[in-house]
Amino acid sequence: MATPLVVSEVFKSFTMHLRDGIKLPVVNDVNFSVAAGECVVLGGPSGIGKSSILKMLYGNYAVDAGQILVNHQDRIVDIAKADPRTIIDVRRQTMGYVSQFLRTVPRVAAIDVVAEPLVARGIEAAIAKENAAELLSRLNLPRELWSLPPSTFSGGEQQRVNIARGFITSHRILLLDEPTASLDATNRRVVVEMIAAKKEEGVAMLGIFHDEEVREAVADRILDVSAFSPRKAIAA
Amino acid sequence: MSDNPLLKVSGVSKFYGSRIGCKDVNFELWPGEVLAIVGESGSGKTTLLNCISTRLLPTAGSVEYRMRDGNFRDLYHMSEAERRFLMRTDWGFVHQNPADGLRMTVSAGANVGERLMAVGDRHYGKIRETATDWLGRVEISADRIDDQPRAFSGGMRQRLQIARNLVTGPRLVFMDEPTGGLDVSVQARLLDLVRGLVNDLGLAAIVVTHDLAVARLLSHRMMVMKDGFVIEHGLTDRVLDDPREPYTQLLVSSILQV
Repeated sequence: MATPLVVSEVFKSFTMHLRDGIKLPVVNDVNFSVAAGECVVLGGPSGIGKSSILKMLYGNYAVDAGQILVNHQDRIVDIAKADPRTIIDVRRQTMGYVSQFLRTVPRVAAIDVVAEPLVARGIEAAIAKENAAELLSRLNLPRELWSLPPSTFSGGEQQRVNIARGFITSHRILLLDEPTASLDATNRRVVVEMIAAKKEEGVAMLGIFHDEEVREAVADRILDVSAFSPRKAIAA
Repeated sequence: MSDNPLLKVSGVSKFYGSRIGCKDVNFELWPGEVLAIVGESGSGKTTLLNCISTRLLPTAGSVEYRMRDGNFRDLYHMSEAERRFLMRTDWGFVHQNPADGLRMTVSAGANVGERLMAVGDRHYGKIRETATDWLGRVEISADRIDDQPRAFSGGMRQRLQIARNLVTGPRLVFMDEPTGGLDVSVQARLLDLVRGLVNDLGLAAIVVTHDLAVARLLSHRMMVMKDGFVIEHGLTDRVLDDPREPYTQLLVSSILQV
């Protein structure tokens, strides 16, 4: 089986046209891969480009050069060059993303927010909802909240909805951007267990975890992003 | 993923005298895909939408549409009657001002039923039943079926216009600023409704809007227009999170945060 995710010679900078076109280099020459069943954690101080790497992999940021190769339904897709339609299909079938913040849609109930990725993959709404309910109760989200839109929820509650939504599918690759940032110890442990279960299933995971305890518990390998920092290159 | 686009737009340009309406626009649209066209007033968004939907004849270029039989037809080489039939059945057009898309002096039920009759439905009871069902889907209560849209609020009229357009099961819907001029709370309801219907019915849609939040919520792909040209085109998340062109950066940085 091909490696689920290979990143090779990726360069990224921002050109700020509103600031006289200054160029802000973000990362240079990023190279790594994530194997099936492995959880790689991005390390390094804030502002070094960890989130940017996740956003490039998910297609939210364009890259200046390099390849992001994803094993998508037995063929290799280069996210760096793929058209929007292909990226959307990769997101639907292969690569999931749990962000720090939930982008809420007005009026959609929490349980439907969680069930949506399954429905999008053609699974019957009732079954999708059952799975969603299971995850939400596992993450200790009070049942009274399930039928409410999450826009009024607390940070930790929204994050749990977000995690449930990210973990509900059987995506082969999961990107995790600080999924435990606003959770209490009990729920952090639940997430650690959920990540362990995904590993068992052979899911390739790439994440950012600032919480040391969680990082220790989930990381198979820590990838120091400072190695790709252009600032370091300039200083040296 | 289906392998054939629904719509192929090639080199579409429209000049008003020597002034550019839109210039050399190329894209393809697939079934189930929602494309947002954004840009400020006068950027050519509506001109482009009208050219694609054959409401306006472009100066140059072609638009090909895949008919239900699987064959592509050049829209500008169809007869007027064929084009009108297509617009009444396989397409929808949601205007910014509902009064442009509704018949204001016939009942809500007749507004929806009229499109059904255009595709050959003649059974009054069935038409009324379908109309009632569609009013429900756009959250208009059944007891308003005999009221004229004149008696409806702006948000209700817009929802009625959507029901009228979707009742024939179109495969492609054009929307020109569908939430323009509505209250924020009414907008949210409409957006949620449109989003749900597009997902459930697997429609392809082209939405013109100057509201980037609307585009983010509804669209998969986004085209940014300025002075008649498409200056940036890509996955909606990418265009909004990592805008490349100076003008797109200006647009994105001008969004008010609540």
